Amino acid sequence: MPKARKHLLILAVLVLVATAALAYLFLQFSFLPIPASSQASTIDKLFSAMFAIAGFFLALCLIAMLYAAIAFRRRRGDASDGPPIQGNVALETAWILIPLAIVIGLGVVGGLALEKISAAPEESELEVKVTALQWAWLFEYPEWGVRSGELRLPVDRPVLFRLTSRDNDVVHSFWVPEFRVKQDAVPGRETALRVTPNAVGDYQLLCAELCGLGHAYMRASARVVPEADFMAWIESLKQ
Amino acid sequence: MRKAIAVVLSLGLVRGMLVGMAGAGAGMGVTVLLRAALGLSAWNPGPVVAIGTITGVLAYLAGLGAFSYWIRWALVAEPSKEGERHRYGWTRYLCVDINHKVIGIQYMATSILVIMVAGALALIFRIELSTPGRTIMGPGLYNRFMSLHGISMVAATLIGVSGLMNYLLPLMIGARDMAFPRLNALSYWLIPPAVVLLLTSQAAGGFDTGWTAYPPLSIKAPLGMQLMLTAFYLVGLSSILGGINFLTTIFKLRAPGMSFFRMPIFVWATLATALLQIVFTQFIGMVLIMLLLERLLGLGFFDPAREGNVLLFQHFFWFYSHPAVYIFVLPGLGVISEIVPVFSRKPLFGYKAVAISTLGIAVGGTMVWGHHMFAAGMEPYLRIPIMMTTLLVAVPTGVKIFSWLATMWMGKLKLDTPLLFAMTSIAVFLVGGLTGIPLAIVATDLDLTDTYWVVGHFHHTIFGGFVFPLMAAIYYWFPKVTGKFLNERLGKLHWGIMTVGFFTSYLPYFWLGLNGMRRRVYDYDPGLQPMHLVATVGGFMIGLGFLLLLSNLLVSAWRGARAPANPWHAQTLEWQVTSPPPEDNFPLPPQVVGSPYSYGVPGSVHALMPPGGAGEDGGKEAT
Repeated sequence: MPKARKHLLILAVLVLVATAALAYLFLQFSFLPIPASSQASTIDKLFSAMFAIAGFFLALCLIAMLYAAIAFRRRRGDASDGPPIQGNVALETAWILIPLAIVIGLGVVGGLALEKISAAPEESELEVKVTALQWAWLFEYPEWGVRSGELRLPVDRPVLFRLTSRDNDVVHSFWVPEFRVKQDAVPGRETALRVTPNAVGDYQLLCAELCGLGHAYMRASARVVPEADFMAWIESLKQ
Repeated sequence: MRKAIAVVLSLGLVRGMLVGMAGAGAGMGVTVLLRAALGLSAWNPGPVVAIGTITGVLAYLAGLGAFSYWIRWALVAEPSKEGERHRYGWTRYLCVDINHKVIGIQYMATSILVIMVAGALALIFRIELSTPGRTIMGPGLYNRFMSLHGISMVAATLIGVSGLMNYLLPLMIGARDMAFPRLNALSYWLIPPAVVLLLTSQAAGGFDTGWTAYPPLSIKAPLGMQLMLTAFYLVGLSSILGGINFLTTIFKLRAPGMSFFRMPIFVWATLATALLQIVFTQFIGMVLIMLLLERLLGLGFFDPAREGNVLLFQHFFWFYSHPAVYIFVLPGLGVISEIVPVFSRKPLFGYKAVAISTLGIAVGGTMVWGHHMFAAGMEPYLRIPIMMTTLLVAVPTGVKIFSWLATMWMGKLKLDTPLLFAMTSIAVFLVGGLTGIPLAIVATDLDLTDTYWVVGHFHHTIFGGFVFPLMAAIYYWFPKVTGKFLNERLGKLHWGIMTVGFFTSYLPYFWLGLNGMRRRVYDYDPGLQPMHLVATVGGFMIGLGFLLLLSNLLVSAWRGARAPANPWHAQTLEWQVTSPPPEDNFPLPPQVVGSPYSYGVPGSVHALMPPGGAGEDGGKEAT
């Protein structure tokens, strides 16, 4: 059937063009805030890979559907049925096995990325105890025995956050969009989160889990500063 | 005047509500007196209202007549069925009626009503979100509206899928009714008190926890929370009873010759949905009771100060609430599988794979609950297997999408509203599925969870898997239900506005989520405003679409063009009887002889209709 082949050829060309256009769009415009941690760069690479795969499938399915709606629309006065094609074992096997391979591959890559962003680093970690409460954040630096209502971190040093919420409080969630990773602070247990900030700047810590009336305003300043500035800040807290 | 009052009082709904209110008042009064007699403070709203809710619902059901047959059955050996079948006309829709078509319409009307209310709430808080800071309401009211919107939409969706399955299942398998018609009526009539309780919750301080009701926030919430929990318990009970009925009907009442692989895909979808309903709804029922007991009696299930565990609730909640989203979408995906072959004039491509993929999604969807909790503090190692199972669900879902596209390919597409809505459903559901992948991968989910990305993702899956298929279903089956066509021009306008409106509203959510827009906040960074404004405009377009649907339904029911028995030349059984179908569907059972979708195969039919039982087209002419 040369006609059937012609339709498939046009579809293939259109899908390739659209995938390329979508890939260009994703690469040209960043849809994410700037990355400010080593975790963020790993995660952003994963995002790019997934946007590329999603872009291909989006183009394939949408264009196939729109093409069918235009090329195979019923002509006026034609009351006949289409060709009685019941299925095609090879094609059906392919669209089970190929997506299966892709999702397993994504799972493996995703698992490795999780390992990478949550593994304990070789150098010593800065430990920060975070207590979330309705509706504020408290930060404790056990190394120096100081506390603060704002978060300050030295650039390029791995940080281990130990998060909790008080027994009579509710669930909160620790999120700095530029760090990418998020972790709930749960009453009655301690949770952990690893971040290595790698870009000096002023960011915002946001509570990401609905925690009542003040949820929208449960924010704290999160500043990543050079090591010397950080030590000076710690000294100022000691006094 | 007296006659009018008698007619109004003869309506089960009115009688039930009046008796129910009296029952609630009596229950509350007795509790207050008992508490006073026991020397407790007489007025403690929690327990008093809890008892009042139970007595009220039972009194309502008794007043309604939901138990009448069973009471007679217990008292008399062989009660007559005469009393149950005397009502015709509009009043039967407001009374206990055991015909599955009446119950189906009762469900659908209730669902659309609740969608309208919950949608209006959404539009109100979309206005709030159109500018940063306070626009028209403060955070308290915003949290309440957002929570009520969420839980009402969940309820409306459960009600809506029950309606679709109720109306269509017996007709599609050649049965005269459901297996347990009275149980079927009871499962519908549990819904109105649930809706009333949800609305009353707003008079009792509302609830501000979102639809997820996570403790400890839900323990601290006002009395409205308790009413919401009991309301949802009723919805869940209704869902379990419905599931039992659907499953039994499919297993016991198929027409002769209808083997499993001759069932329409919608019936497969009902089978999978019913399995999920009866296996998983009990988890939410149990966890709602645990929350109620913690609130009322201080049992410390979830309170860390009393050896409770906050995460326990989240696990149980998602045990149900993840399979629940498959309860929401599987019937809708079944609707798409019905419509695409009919309007492409081709057999469903890969029928067996599509049928099995339905069960595959249901079974796969049972092992993925933990992906809602990647950042919640669950065991870190458990995240990897749950990521894999979640990703695997993409495979059967892909099978469905590819099969629909292959069905359309080389077909003769008749671009009527049912197919147009089915195509929008496919596009929307596709975006919903693809945006789910970064949520399944733990590393990227840690960024996306609890942001607008999640909100955008699930609105795509629910619109693609339920709302747009519901629209397609309404345009497709309205002629069967009423014997009249919906207005096609108005329908196309409705389709266009809703499709454009949907993407205008929800595509910005993905950008917002990536750029730091958290879920469930009424105020945000001013840099995000342009996209929020676009989303609000799109939201109002969706609302306009619903108004067009409503006007089309009313106008067409009143003066739509007459529809024949089989206007779309479809092969499934419901089209082989008159429009609207006879009271008992099939006076004589049809004989199923082939595939439900063998379009284009010369001389092929799905079923032979017995003489005298067929509609005006007859079974054979349907090809």
